[in-house]
Amino acid sequence: MRYSGFKVIKEALSGHKGWKPVWREPEPKKHYDIIIVGGGGHGLATAYYLAKEFGEKNIAVLEKGWIGSGNIGRNTTIIRSNYMLPGNEPFYEQSLKLWENLEQDFNYNAMVSQRSILNLFHNDPQRDAFVRRGNAMMLAGADAVLLDEQGIRDLCPYLDYDNARFPIKGGLMQPRGGTVRHDAVAWGYARGADQRGVDIIQNCEVTGFDINDGICSGVETSKGKISANKVAVCVAGSSGRVMSMAGMRLPIESHVLQAFVTEGLKPVLPGVITFGAGHFYCSQSDKGGLVFGGDIDGYNTYAQRGNLPVVEDVCEGGMAIMPMIGRSRLLRSWGGIMDMSMDGSPFIDKTHIDGLYFNGGWCYGGFKATPASGWCYAHLLAKDEPHPNASAYRLDRFLKGGMIDEKGMGAQPNLH
Amino acid sequence: MIINHPLLGPRDAAEFTYLGDANLINRPEYDPQNRPDDLIQQFHDYLYIRENPAGEHRELWFHEQGDRSWLVVTRNTLTHEITKVELARDVARQQGRDGGTKS
Repeated sequence: MRYSGFKVIKEALSGHKGWKPVWREPEPKKHYDIIIVGGGGHGLATAYYLAKEFGEKNIAVLEKGWIGSGNIGRNTTIIRSNYMLPGNEPFYEQSLKLWENLEQDFNYNAMVSQRSILNLFHNDPQRDAFVRRGNAMMLAGADAVLLDEQGIRDLCPYLDYDNARFPIKGGLMQPRGGTVRHDAVAWGYARGADQRGVDIIQNCEVTGFDINDGICSGVETSKGKISANKVAVCVAGSSGRVMSMAGMRLPIESHVLQAFVTEGLKPVLPGVITFGAGHFYCSQSDKGGLVFGGDIDGYNTYAQRGNLPVVEDVCEGGMAIMPMIGRSRLLRSWGGIMDMSMDGSPFIDKTHIDGLYFNGGWCYGGFKATPASGWCYAHLLAKDEPHPNASAYRLDRFLKGGMIDEKGMGAQPNLH
Repeated sequence: MIINHPLLGPRDAAEFTYLGDANLINRPEYDPQNRPDDLIQQFHDYLYIRENPAGEHRELWFHEQGDRSWLVVTRNTLTHEITKVELARDVARQQGRDGGTKS
């Protein structure tokens, strides 16, 4: 069933009786060519591109809960490709290009809205750094515009320009950045994968790996043993927990990141705005709520909830640039588990165990990476060699001196 | 979270900064006269690889807004419950480390 404007009108006139479930609920088979562990955004995107772009047929996605119940369902929905380092920027630009054509590609309304992202700067050195970043972005084929204070005033007259400590002096804007309806991304990829024969098996927890003589030949699950030629782990915040079942320790710590939504307001924010002197980012959803977040709580945790000091810190950041939000009431907040890596950059790589692959370490920037992560992971699984744009995301990069440390914080995951 | 400081009593976790796994106390020894073959691997694992357990976790907290002592806190990463707080100095000495006064 294809979705179209015609279909919507037809269903509206016939009592909406023609809509069908958009994916099957199959029982697991005994064997698959490729098993993807984790039915989140990245896992479903991987399955979708494996089936659509790389011609793989016999694929299953195993999900412990329901699909999209992890970080794809609990993020601040921002897409952008404003990275600087060569190991990162081409990858994220590939992702943004895939976002731009995503809805046509998988025939699902993901509400991709390129409403721009604006990173504010507050002093001269920060301006210089943003000029450099903007140039690096343009070298990788992305777009970047440097705005001065007047340019920002024209766009967002309500910001606190004359703040004594952090006056706003300008900003680096990426007009092609924006937001996406995050749940619809999971659903769209799931539907597209299912239509191409991928078995999406929910409520199926992987409880162990079948590893003999350094070869992984399948998984133990709550629905029995399933064999596979290749097992691809893609479980974000649970990476440490899942890979420990394969006896692996990772350059990752799990941390909690909180996010917040206010009550619905009239349209006020044109795009995504970020604070340059603290950690605060904010956009306005189509329902009108201000969606914002800031730093991670900063200690290891697998609990999907944070503590109040960070709530206060995030709101202080918001008040510092847009004092008007002090009048809006917070509707809800939530926490998601982030697989914080040692340099703030992810991994898409084979492990030392044959047939076992790993995708993780996305820190709190995994949502924007969803399409390219799926594409590059599918490339690795289908061809057994990394995609050129993801070739720096290796598990051994700390040993080989290939760190991709955008923020320059070193091996301190809670600071990335 | 409230951390029950062994010297100062219950203190808000916001007074502390967090470093990570208490295993970071155990920096590999480096003796240039007797350099093991896997020294780089040892330092790599020490610096970059983490146990990252879901459950009980021993971790280093620094009382930055207080007496500036380092603590080893035993905390459950699933519930945030803190079951034990020790001075990192005591833990290190129990493990036979002497605070770097050797050599």
